[in-house]
Amino acid sequence: MTQDQTTELYKKLGLIARDLRILALKMITEAKSGHPGGSLSAADIMTALFFHTMSHDPKNPLWENRDRFVLSKGHGCPILYAAMAKAGYFPEEEIYTLRKINSRLQGHPDHVRFPFVETSSGSLGQGLSIAQGMALGARLNHKKYKIYCLLGDGEIQEGQIWETAMSAPKFQLDNLIAIIDANKGQIDGHTRNIMDLAPLKKKWEAFNWDVQEINGHELHEILAALDKAQLEHKRPHMIIANTIKGKGVSFMEDNIEWHGIAPTPEQRDKAIRELNDEVFKD
Amino acid sequence: MTKYLKINPAAQKASRAAFGEALVHVGEKHPEVVVLDADLSVSTKSVGFAKKFPDRFFQMGIAEANMIGTAAGLALSGKTPFLCSFGCFVTGRFETIRISIAYNQVNARIIGTHAGLGIGEDGYSQMALEDIALMRSLPGMGVLQPGDPIETKKMTQYLASHHKGPVYVRLTRQNLVTLFSEDYEFEYGKGVILKEGKDIAFFATGGALYNSYAASEKLEKEGITSTVINIHTLKPIDEDLIVQVAKSHKRLLTVEDHNIIGGLGSAVSEVLSENGIGTPLLRIGVEDIYGESGTAEDLYEKYGLSTPKIYERTLQFFQS
Repeated sequence: MTQDQTTELYKKLGLIARDLRILALKMITEAKSGHPGGSLSAADIMTALFFHTMSHDPKNPLWENRDRFVLSKGHGCPILYAAMAKAGYFPEEEIYTLRKINSRLQGHPDHVRFPFVETSSGSLGQGLSIAQGMALGARLNHKKYKIYCLLGDGEIQEGQIWETAMSAPKFQLDNLIAIIDANKGQIDGHTRNIMDLAPLKKKWEAFNWDVQEINGHELHEILAALDKAQLEHKRPHMIIANTIKGKGVSFMEDNIEWHGIAPTPEQRDKAIRELNDEVFKD
Repeated sequence: MTKYLKINPAAQKASRAAFGEALVHVGEKHPEVVVLDADLSVSTKSVGFAKKFPDRFFQMGIAEANMIGTAAGLALSGKTPFLCSFGCFVTGRFETIRISIAYNQVNARIIGTHAGLGIGEDGYSQMALEDIALMRSLPGMGVLQPGDPIETKKMTQYLASHHKGPVYVRLTRQNLVTLFSEDYEFEYGKGVILKEGKDIAFFATGGALYNSYAASEKLEKEGITSTVINIHTLKPIDEDLIVQVAKSHKRLLTVEDHNIIGGLGSAVSEVLSENGIGTPLLRIGVEDIYGESGTAEDLYEKYGLSTPKIYERTLQFFQS
């Protein structure tokens, strides 16, 4: 790509990331509950995956060669639904059914009601095992598709994560690309105070993963890391994406109170104004 | 009454062993069958499949939750995973089964071996006595327990080829007497009548089935005739058969190597009460207590599942 094309790409993706944040806040506000902090922190990663890196087809959602995306941190599903609506998996107005009776957009992903999400999740710690199973399945089926799995940093306090941390390198699953949305927050406080994860990178390296650590809000870093993770060298890939919980909205950023409560309509509008101002300022 | 009854007390095999052999055969016929084990493949008998199909066998180490999630991911990729461990260890990871397998409604076959008191000397910590109760509570989860080696084989074939959705299968460490002929046909959800009588009806399952049958034979010497029904599918349970039999007998028994809370006894009670049937019922099984070490035979004697003990209690119950 030329410099101009690259600039154009980041600009385009930046606008999409803004739109996803706005959609997530709109649906959480309408639902009157949900998790804004961990949705906003993952917005740039989701943008990179759904609008650049992943091979998928919203018009043919169950295309057998699609890359799989597993949202292990199921609490962040508003940003997944936002990405899917924006990509064209379903009409945008459906986002307002989030968490309402008879909706397929459950408060945490439900694969049976909504098969376009690859698995049900939300009971933390299980998604990486499921993604591992999918990676083994892809290999058995001689398929080239990749399995992407988004984890929360609080989530990896679950013991099952470390069972998979051990097993995925044993199975040499280089078609498995895990990403930790390391937003440093969980419902009871900052991870460092609740159950410290440090040294995070060393832990995954010690388990023999191919580890990269990036700024999870810099699109060029995210894209570069995802590109590098395409390499097949018999090891699973882990991208530790350092993020800010509530990213993009001043009064939500790194404020644990915004882990799991909905904004009022006024707060939503203020947040949307900020998000628009931020994008248009340069 | 079943036309396949062919009791051969000399031909005995543990249901885990019959499963392991059947698994190798279904592996040949069904390339989508994959097997996972958590460092117990020699005990669960999945080892035969592991040797024959090393590319489709996944040794997960001592990490059952990861095995459950991995099996779910394989099932979501079009495979039919059989994931094997002791019944207590695998169902003990209830929350992982609940979300990864049950809520996803995937075609996973959870194999729990060494069920009940029948494990013997290892004692309570290795003894699945609450697994049926746990698995029965999950929507869409089938719960199966074969009563002889032939039924185990046919059930395994059925699960590899036909069934849609998640299933829990409970298998024994100890040998089971062969009850059925080789041409036995397994029917999911259907009770199997082994014997027909007028006075008492036994509903029995798994390791307790043959002893119930033997006790019923002994009761005939007292002039008491009984119907014996093999409940191999604990969920969905054969409600029609239970209602029909309950109405035409004077006393009902459930016999199981499991806590009487949440197992076969509960399942039959639910059917009876919902259908307004007042026929007295005695639930024979583990009476809401922990097990202990001992030979399987000694444990069955102590906890009331041996043929003489079933006979005694049934006689008392009938005369009460």
